[in-house]
Amino acid sequence: MRLSKKKNTVSLTIDSRKVTVPAGTTVFNAAKKLHINIPHLCYNEILSIYGACRVCCVEIKGHAKLETSCSLPAEEGMIVTTNNARIRKARRMITELLLANHPEDCFTCDKNQNCELRQLSYDLGIKELRFKKARKYDYAIDLSSPAIIRDPNKCIQCSRCIRVCADVQGVGAIEFINRGARTQVLTAFNKGLNNVECTNCGQCVLVCPTGALREKTETEKVWDAISDPDKFVVVQAAPAVRVAIGEEFGMPAGSLVTGKMAAALRRLNFDKVFDTQFTADLTIIEEANELLHRVKTGGKLPMVTSCSPGWIKFDEHFFPGLLGHLSTCKSPQQMFGPIAKTYYAEKLKMDPRKICVVSVMPCTAKKFEAQRPEMTSAFDYWKKKMRLNEKDRFFDVDAVLTTREAARMMKEAGIDFVNLPNEEFDKPLGISTGAGTIFGASGGVMEAALRTAYEVVTGKTLKQLDFKAVRGMKGIKETEVTLNGLTVKVAAASGLANAKKIMKDVKAGKSPYHFIEIMCCPGGCLGGGGQPIPTTPEIKKKRAAAVYREDRNMPIRKSHENPAIKTLYSEFLKKPLGNKSHALLHTRYTERQRY
Amino acid sequence: MIILLENIKRKGYNGSLASYKKYGGYEALGKALGMESSLIISELKKSGLRGRGGAAFPTGIKWEFAADAADNPKYVVCNADEGEPGTFKDKLLMEKDPHSLIEGMAICGKAIGTKHGFIYIRGEYFDAFRSLQKALDETRKQNLIGKNIMGSDFSFDITLYRGAGAYVCGEETALLDSLEGKKGQSRVKPPFPTFEGLRNKPTVLNNVETLSNIAQIISKGGSWFSKIGNKTATGTKLFCLSGDIKKPGVYEADMNVTLNELINDYGGGAVGTLSAVFPGGLASSLLTPDKFDIKMNYESVMKAGSMLGSGAVIAINSTRCPVDLAANRMAEFFDHESCGKCTPCREGTKRAKEILQGIASGTGSVEDLSTIRDLADVLFDTSRCGLGQTALNAIRSSIDIFEDIYLEHITKRRCRAGICKFKK
Repeated sequence: MRLSKKKNTVSLTIDSRKVTVPAGTTVFNAAKKLHINIPHLCYNEILSIYGACRVCCVEIKGHAKLETSCSLPAEEGMIVTTNNARIRKARRMITELLLANHPEDCFTCDKNQNCELRQLSYDLGIKELRFKKARKYDYAIDLSSPAIIRDPNKCIQCSRCIRVCADVQGVGAIEFINRGARTQVLTAFNKGLNNVECTNCGQCVLVCPTGALREKTETEKVWDAISDPDKFVVVQAAPAVRVAIGEEFGMPAGSLVTGKMAAALRRLNFDKVFDTQFTADLTIIEEANELLHRVKTGGKLPMVTSCSPGWIKFDEHFFPGLLGHLSTCKSPQQMFGPIAKTYYAEKLKMDPRKICVVSVMPCTAKKFEAQRPEMTSAFDYWKKKMRLNEKDRFFDVDAVLTTREAARMMKEAGIDFVNLPNEEFDKPLGISTGAGTIFGASGGVMEAALRTAYEVVTGKTLKQLDFKAVRGMKGIKETEVTLNGLTVKVAAASGLANAKKIMKDVKAGKSPYHFIEIMCCPGGCLGGGGQPIPTTPEIKKKRAAAVYREDRNMPIRKSHENPAIKTLYSEFLKKPLGNKSHALLHTRYTERQRY
Repeated sequence: MIILLENIKRKGYNGSLASYKKYGGYEALGKALGMESSLIISELKKSGLRGRGGAAFPTGIKWEFAADAADNPKYVVCNADEGEPGTFKDKLLMEKDPHSLIEGMAICGKAIGTKHGFIYIRGEYFDAFRSLQKALDETRKQNLIGKNIMGSDFSFDITLYRGAGAYVCGEETALLDSLEGKKGQSRVKPPFPTFEGLRNKPTVLNNVETLSNIAQIISKGGSWFSKIGNKTATGTKLFCLSGDIKKPGVYEADMNVTLNELINDYGGGAVGTLSAVFPGGLASSLLTPDKFDIKMNYESVMKAGSMLGSGAVIAINSTRCPVDLAANRMAEFFDHESCGKCTPCREGTKRAKEILQGIASGTGSVEDLSTIRDLADVLFDTSRCGLGQTALNAIRSSIDIFEDIYLEHITKRRCRAGICKFKK
């Protein structure tokens, strides 16, 4: 109640140690400064304060009750105790109460390795559960989405998923309903994630402290394909996977493991190990040409990138009238599928129906994207030529694995990932450039496109390849480049709440940009919903550094100089935005309602 | 001493504007319109009035915080979501004397400098709602609220808002969320509503009974009020007597009155032999007959190990089974009404109910009693709002007082009162 005088810092005592912190700092963060990590569940550094799990309670001298350190601002002279018998008793009791409601299927739970509830009960030394299990675990599991499974039986109502969805992503697909012990997290009218505005981004999966949110796994499907002698199984790995998958094997964040990843995928017995960066380069050629075409012909501007399927679905739900601004280019994953099943199939003289395309993605939304009904271009390509029956229509991409799922398969196969030798991708769909690599970080698509657009338009060689203004973890970044006297204004946004801001300006007709890159997940694909858990801001920074390190190390750093891409055009596609490109590499979008 | 029920007890008083004005109604508002804001507040501070909703925070200080807050606009919100079991005093005030409340709110508006007032009224209070609605219409017609009240430059109006039946919305921050159209769940405190309340603006939140005192304090002066009752508990208090009592009802007394006097002199005595009394509603610890001589003010009741709360005195006689009451009345109620936001209250009230119902049906164990005590400690220490903090108070006291009866249920599967049915 006291009106504290305006002061920049406050000094307090935590566990007998003095600490001085900026005014407004919470007790939780002040303790962190003293290297005390107060146990917690609902708190998460990227989210707003909720203060409901009560695990982070501490004792404040003079206060009758314990206080939650995550929500309590530090005050001058405060005397805080973070660990004593009273606090331990409270934390244990609260955790026991959560466990009394929680299924005991840790053995088979997806979050077995990174469940914060399991870890907390271990850390707190809980040895006995006093409360009888009274609840039947009979809430229906939401299996509607092709990307994400929601199991309310494992939910501890910490609201992290709700907050990340509403605050960070600006979506709000889920909310609490009911009261008291009957409280549940649900979609509007319990329609299921796939039937509301959920973008499948999977940020909720990253922050969920238990197994209540997880990806819909496709590993069995992939094992089946690999062991099927009639299938020719090719795998593509996205740029952001190689800067993160090492973490799944205990390597430090920021480990760049491109060669080990290729080697591990080969040891899983994929017939060919290819690189999504190859089609990232292809995307750049098509997209840069599309942009120049729009500028020349007075097409719809600003043009917005379309690589991120979470962003696409968001745009379809929230700005259905602005879909014309989206580049018609498919994402690299979806360009890879038809190229593998047409160009590459022809090269191999193989029945395209034998080819199975598996992708390894940092993303959960890619699972949804691969199953969009329009993503069957290879079938259309072959339909007449091979007299295919409509009922045999096949997808361009057959299965999508997250980084986590791919790592799990490697573990199942007993692959000693850390000590693997570095191996190369297979040719030709494994040849790529530094421009393809930086797709993994927010701003990377923009930077790659500018490298190509500059040289295509001016005919001059670009001296400074690094567009530093669009790099980094900021939510919205902008810069401008001059191409033959034309000043092109560009922006790169990541996180859907930032996308919303950008698109509101577009809607109001006051967007200053010509070209906008939007990535669904904060920081870009390296922070995707399919990445290793935990994915924190600190870890994301390290992954981003690895992305740019890889770019610098690549012998070729511009998409239009990729020799395999040049061959692809000369042998097959003929020219950017040509007929084959339109049939195989470009797509259309669907207007959607929120629910 | 009678202040709040003075009008209601007058012959022929019907709560209309005309009858309210006949006995000096709205003269205090007229007086306040000519007073400096700081003078109104200092008068209130002088009176020593403390909030009657349960927390007993000094009303003058609360108003001063809101008046001094830099942010604008400010709001006056009346908590009329009277949901504490055994409490029905605000209902009486709103039904029979609505203008006392309206006048008090307008004076508060003048004191803190706002024209926005809200009454958040319990959804089930149909008669009180209609009475207030009628009273507000009358008042507006005579320009006692509305634009430029009584020709002054002060404008103030009141919006009536009906709750939807959640007990937790009587908690001030849950009430504010509900009033904003959100799910009624408590907020993180601090910030307190006086600084960041409705729509995150400075807000005075007062109970009906608190606000109904204001007009008289302004009319007769703070020092008049401060001489009633005792030093730390000035003025009078409405007590709701219910349970095993001959004449249940709402009684007004100054806070020097003893529990014995309330039961015997006001309530006409007990029905049967009393075994315990809730002095302040279902969330207050039980008091045994040896403590019935305590004075019913905040400090004395607290000293006796309970709390005055809203002044709901519920008497229990020896024909009742304390285990049955704990399991099927108290624990059942709090489990049903927990909002579900914080872990200890959401899960703890549920488990407490299960354990107590187990004891009441003969499947309990001796360890259950210590589990309930531990739960009570942790809920008090860590729950987010008053609901969870006090949910197991009375249950814990019931176990402490009637431990032999609980043990009889557990070890001998016997209920002295013959109420509990044991599973075969």
